[in-house]
Amino acid sequence: MADDVVLIAQGLARAFGEVVAVDGLSLQVRRGEIFGFLGHNGAGKTTSVRLLNGVLRPDQGHVQVLGLDPTSQGPELRRRTGVLTETPALEERLTARENLLFYAELYGLAPERMTERVEALLEIFNLASRADDRVSGFSKGMKQRLALARALVHEPEILFLDEPTSGLDPVAARAVRRLVARLSREEDRTVILCTHNLIEAQTLCDRVAVLKAGRLMALGRPADLARRWGRNLRLDFEVSGATRGLALSVLRATPGVAELASEDGVISVLGIDRERVPDLVEALVGAGVRLYRVSPREPTLEDIYFALHGLD
Amino acid sequence: MNLRAMRAIVRKDLKVLWQSKAVTVPLIVVPLIFLVVLPALAALLPSAAVQAGGPLAQIDRYLQQMPQGLQAELAGYDQAQKIVVLALVYFLAPMYLIIPLMVASVVAADSFAGEKERKTLEALLYSPTTERELFVAKVLSAWLPAMAVALIGFLLYSMVANLAAWPVMGRLFFPSGMWLALAFWVAPAVAGLGLGATVLISARVETFQEAYQLGAVVVLPILSLVIGQATGVMYFNLVLVMALGLSLWAIDALLLWLGGRLFRREELMARVG
Ligand SMILES: Nc1ncnc2c1ncn2[C@@H]1O[C@H](COP(=O)(O)OP(=O)(O)OP(=O)(O)O)[C@@H](O)[C@H]1O
Ligand SMILES: [Mg+2]
Repeated sequence: MADDVVLIAQGLARAFGEVVAVDGLSLQVRRGEIFGFLGHNGAGKTTSVRLLNGVLRPDQGHVQVLGLDPTSQGPELRRRTGVLTETPALEERLTARENLLFYAELYGLAPERMTERVEALLEIFNLASRADDRVSGFSKGMKQRLALARALVHEPEILFLDEPTSGLDPVAARAVRRLVARLSREEDRTVILCTHNLIEAQTLCDRVAVLKAGRLMALGRPADLARRWGRNLRLDFEVSGATRGLALSVLRATPGVAELASEDGVISVLGIDRERVPDLVEALVGAGVRLYRVSPREPTLEDIYFALHGLD
Repeated sequence: MNLRAMRAIVRKDLKVLWQSKAVTVPLIVVPLIFLVVLPALAALLPSAAVQAGGPLAQIDRYLQQMPQGLQAELAGYDQAQKIVVLALVYFLAPMYLIIPLMVASVVAADSFAGEKERKTLEALLYSPTTERELFVAKVLSAWLPAMAVALIGFLLYSMVANLAAWPVMGRLFFPSGMWLALAFWVAPAVAGLGLGATVLISARVETFQEAYQLGAVVVLPILSLVIGQATGVMYFNLVLVMALGLSLWAIDALLLWLGGRLFRREELMARVG
């Protein structure tokens, strides 16, 4: 195992009765990376996290996380990983501080460090003013922040986050994303992030694994995947209303244009590769079209996601 | 075994327990009724019987249908005292056992099924705690409160029995040796019975309520003891109580062994969904 590889899965598989939840998953994750598991509901993200932490046994395959075998060395491994579960799994009848102190003790933090660590987390996650309130009265975003704090209480080397922003409003979701980014960039923790939020995966993850029905469909940096799997460049032309008809006829007559759509004075074109953009601009201007703006749009993870799933 | 982690789990479970009225109200009210109100009323039986015009002599006729041993043990008392001793020492003895049974069942339902229902179990399973530590801690967090309530109840019962029956008995007559065995040998085993049964049930159901309701079936063997004694089939003496305790401990061992086998991450996770 290379020095910086913290997680290796080889042919990992697990079924529940007839349902194959994870089907031959092979991948490696490096230290400090934010690694995304991207997939629909039921794609096998949560099951993968459970297998990688040794709370479920694989039917087949090998796993090594931090050099440990999750099945036979579960307790040692789980001491060094932290998991934010899909539901916050907090004790609603206890206060925020009590929840954190319980886990601090459970994870074996030294008594003299427990209070210090818990207070620091309450501060970081902006929960200090509500620390002695029962969790049952918390908003969803507060619960999510508290659950994240709990997952970090023992300073894990690898942090697993199962849909950390689902159900949060945009402001709360952004706060959580910033925290995740900081954990990885500043504290050099490895983060494994399960999500079906494509934007989140694209903005946050260094690499993503796209899962479908338990299978690994694609693996790589979001930008690379987009280039490899995304369809052609999409160009937006903003033209004056008066010359719109003219522009459309020029574009229709251009060989290779596969799709053409126009909306609010912006014409979108698919099928033109990058090298031909200057020629096209010249043709439009030459025909008398008043052209305000041309912008190429890179394919997004969303494009490849839909391409991989045969949807659109 | 990581004792510190286990202690943390027990403490957390007790704290959580204490916050739930659905759990604490029965834990306080039922023992008060069974161990304070009932013995106080029972001590008043002879004078109530006299006031109602019923001859106390009927007790002798009733006792003739009872086992010889019981007749012998009551031989030295007058008729009013016989009624009091029969009620407080013998007939309420199996009722006393309902207390540790119920407390253990309620708390175990909250700790095992409730943890599943509240969806807090998954986070616990991701902790470094071993399955055995987790299981033993959760068993303790039901067994300890059951024993606390049972022993405090025993003290209260002893006080109420002696006080309320003072006019009739004229001396301290409680507890008998049989009752000491009941409180310190049988009650812990009965708690184990309620606990073990509820642990097994909790593995199969999804909510606290289901576990609690199904767990109530373990009251049946205790009720059969109540009836068995009232109809003269047997009576609570030291030998019977020691034997009862022994067989209960054996059943406990079996139930907890089975429960421990179900308490595996793999088993629990496959049900979390
Ligand atoms: N404990 C279980 N028992 C039975 N089937 C299960 C269990 N856990 C997962 N599955 C099945 O395995 C498949 C993968 O589930 P998993 O929860 O891993 O998906 P996911 O990618 O996390 O989905 P979501 O986005 O909905 O959280 C699904 O078909 C699911 O029904
Ligand atoms: Mg999931």
